[in-house]
Amino acid sequence: MNRFTHTWAGDVASAISEIAGDGTAKFIAGGTNLIDLMKENVERPNRLIDISRLALNRIDSAAGGGLRLGALARNSDVAYHEAVEQRYPLLSKAILAGASPQLRNMATVGGNLMQRTRCCYFYDTATPCNKRKPGTGCSAITGFNRAHAILGTSEHCIATHPSDMCVVLAALEAVVRVTGPSGDRSINFADFHRLPGDTPNIDTKLRAEEIITGIDLPAKGFPKHYSYLKVRDRASYAFALVSVAAALEMDGHTITEARLALGGVAHKPWRDPQAESLLHGQSASRDNFVRAAEALLQDAKGYGHNSFKVELAKLTIVRALSQAAFGEGES
Amino acid sequence: MNSKPKSGAAAKPAVSLPTKSRITLKVNGAVKKLEVAPWMTLLDALREHLDLTGTKKGCDHGQCGACTVLVNGRRINSCLTLAIMQDGAEVTTIEGFAEGQMLHPLQQAFIEHDAFQCGYCTPGQICSAVELISQGRAKSPDEIRELMSGNICRCGAYSNIVAAIQQVMQAQERKIDK
Repeated sequence: MNRFTHTWAGDVASAISEIAGDGTAKFIAGGTNLIDLMKENVERPNRLIDISRLALNRIDSAAGGGLRLGALARNSDVAYHEAVEQRYPLLSKAILAGASPQLRNMATVGGNLMQRTRCCYFYDTATPCNKRKPGTGCSAITGFNRAHAILGTSEHCIATHPSDMCVVLAALEAVVRVTGPSGDRSINFADFHRLPGDTPNIDTKLRAEEIITGIDLPAKGFPKHYSYLKVRDRASYAFALVSVAAALEMDGHTITEARLALGGVAHKPWRDPQAESLLHGQSASRDNFVRAAEALLQDAKGYGHNSFKVELAKLTIVRALSQAAFGEGES
Repeated sequence: MNSKPKSGAAAKPAVSLPTKSRITLKVNGAVKKLEVAPWMTLLDALREHLDLTGTKKGCDHGQCGACTVLVNGRRINSCLTLAIMQDGAEVTTIEGFAEGQMLHPLQQAFIEHDAFQCGYCTPGQICSAVELISQGRAKSPDEIRELMSGNICRCGAYSNIVAAIQQVMQAQERKIDK
């Protein structure tokens, strides 16, 4: 780890003014990803501004019947919160499908959004990586890319976003609340993370001098018909090869609304409203599920080791939709 | 990188040199004051400043769980937090569970069930199991396995670890029933 200073942020305003004046500083809260990256010399901040004691850890009812998750609420506190378990069980399932109890006790809501890819080349400072060092090239495209993306990739980067929670936040159409020098703004979840394009070093639309203060969950939580299905190399404590958040509204056997979000397949949680719309007004049948899955993966591209993900993603979508329509939500 | 200082001005480092900070931790019930550099992890502070070497450094990346301790009653990976970030916190390590010669029920159960071979992961396993049991969310062996998945045992003593935890859970339930 490089040498750095540590300072406590007294409030949101001072946190913003401190980071705005220091391009080599980073916010730290749970630290589970940042400290790991610092140990690998992937991140080398000169200064850590510690925001972990700001009063942003509450989980409160929000206007319009939704729920507001404070940016510093710990993953375990969100997953086991009564209102989350009852009204947004899909979110609870996804959080509990990720990491370990120890990490969930440390990691925060805001930090989950800001975590970096687990691409092995991003972590290995001896190899080229456009995300870590722009312009050096992508080692994964021709390398060992079993864990990598099949949708929305570019010739510069095929990394995936590693979060489970964010997949469900995309499905629920959550809103990210941020504060910066010029005040507050809201970012729709679909717009928060970005595709790699020719600047894969930039993960999100959050500006350097902004801080996430919370996440707003809309009132609609899909508590009846949902599934978070995560496929991975071992049954627990592993990143997704493919994960699917499926949320349905149903009238009898007919789907009136469908949301599908995928993890492990792209640089951001993947939504495809057109594929989802194929399910609207349709009966909950395997044929209809297959049609939506085929549409969602029609532009998918494998890179060799990860080509199996295209078929795996289709099968995972079909099973997740079946679970959401007919059974218990699983993870 | 190698730009020369302006004439007359003393060469100054770009960043002020970090200094050690005084922090206070309540470790296993005792107040400890120590001076730590910002980059010292809680794990290193426990092992190297406080001589509490029961907590183990396995992977040092939050993947194995050998460094698990309780901070304010909750299990965390002590390798992924800085000591300075825990200023004022209550920390419980494996050294804090026995009362005199009387082992903690989980320590006793691990011995009775032969729930380890090399023992390196055991302090982390026990710290993790303490919070697991206090939370009361795991009932079945499958749920115990899932909520203990942050602790890797490379000797593969998992089945005996689950049996040891179950024994303590059941003993506590009997106590509550009475």
